[in-house]
Amino acid sequence: MNTPKELKYSRTHEWLRVMENGHVLIGITDHAQDQLGDLVYINLPEEGDAVEKDAAFGDVESVKAVSDLNSPVTGTVCAVNTELQDEPEKMNRDPYGSWIIEVEDAEIPDDLMSAEEYEQFAAEDK
Amino acid sequence: MDQKTPMYACHERLGGRIVPFGGFLLPVQYPAGINAEHLAVRTRAGMFDVSHMGEALLEGPDALENLNRIMTNRFDSLKTGGCRYTIMLYENGGCVDDLIVYRRGEDRFLLILNASNTKKDVEWIRSHLEGDVRFEDISASVAQIALQGPESKALLSGLCGAEALPDKYYTFREDVDICGVKCLVSCTGYTGEQGYEIYMPAQQGPQVWETIERLGVQPCGLGARDTLRLEAGMPLYGHELSPERDPVSAGLSFAVKTDKPFIGRDALPQPQECRQVRVGLKALDKGVLREEMRIFKDGREIGETTSGTMIPGTRVSCAMAYIDREEANAGTEVEVEVRGRMIRSQIVSLPFYSRTRS
Repeated sequence: MNTPKELKYSRTHEWLRVMENGHVLIGITDHAQDQLGDLVYINLPEEGDAVEKDAAFGDVESVKAVSDLNSPVTGTVCAVNTELQDEPEKMNRDPYGSWIIEVEDAEIPDDLMSAEEYEQFAAEDK
Repeated sequence: MDQKTPMYACHERLGGRIVPFGGFLLPVQYPAGINAEHLAVRTRAGMFDVSHMGEALLEGPDALENLNRIMTNRFDSLKTGGCRYTIMLYENGGCVDDLIVYRRGEDRFLLILNASNTKKDVEWIRSHLEGDVRFEDISASVAQIALQGPESKALLSGLCGAEALPDKYYTFREDVDICGVKCLVSCTGYTGEQGYEIYMPAQQGPQVWETIERLGVQPCGLGARDTLRLEAGMPLYGHELSPERDPVSAGLSFAVKTDKPFIGRDALPQPQECRQVRVGLKALDKGVLREEMRIFKDGREIGETTSGTMIPGTRVSCAMAYIDREEANAGTEVEVEVRGRMIRSQIVSLPFYSRTRS
């Protein structure tokens, strides 16, 4: 399992990258894509949508099932990676290169996990 | 308590993701993933552990009469060495199960039942038997492997010789020697591809599995089994077939011989009397059609999906559905409600995929 050190992680298997301008990029982890299997569809929010911590902002579908995408932060969507609509399998191939949404005015909660903590959490999730 | 099939350790060794299904623990997929497994079957070959399927023997001078009376299909003309698909109905015309009957001799038959229905089927059949017959559920002592795909014939010929294999679709051979194990091999399957279903004593299942695996065949799980059968337009009990649906509405009249008496016959509708009929749906918008989604035309609800997925190797979602008969015309555009969103879809004739026969 690949778990980049510079990212933070949620208990619902999203990763967060806090950028220099304070915006947050959110995607799904390597563990999440592995558990979901071949991804075939993503349902994305739109720019300007509000996201709320621990609430669904969209969903991804594998051949077998639908899974919610949960936001680890509260804020406003300022960009959406619409390329994933045409190529959802990119989240399988390159989960950390496949950001899903960019959030501004984000309140970063203090319950996020480090890479080490997340690796242990994900190992117990199997 | 979910049972393990004889090949359970093979699935663990191969990294299969194990899930409970029909009372058994089986891999939904291996590390290759459902897409790769599906495409392996379409282009080369794939192997499935289908030991969860039920098997029962019906033998005796009155076996044939019992089959003709309990099943929708007719078995008089079924030759020894032949297989025949049939449905078994309740008195009200709803489906008990669909199954395949193998004729092993003048009055010896083998019945292949759906895993989750085996117990119910056995009780149903037993309670309707008449005359001089023996009926035995042998599910626990039989393992089954499905080898499916365009390369399956060449692969299996390499193990037992081409002359030992059944030649025609829906025929079988017994005592086929595969790595020293006497197997029953039929030219059948649930993928829409050329292939075989191989039956053997349970304890020899892993040995046969590993022998086929060593040929480089892709192991495939329940996920690919479902996408393949859906693409091939094949019904699945609990989805397209149920006690609430009859086989005429399901489009299975080819297996329903109403010119002889059988349980449920008198409750069946004429084709032109069906309230709803089974059709294929192809999504025109992005999104994935799934089971139990409502279908609308011009704002009016006209049906419901029974199975749906994104077909591997395509970017198109396909579903099977029951639709009001008068609306069930190929080409008609409908809307499917997918979690609050309407996805435009088109009614198409089944199957979605049909192999080019060589």
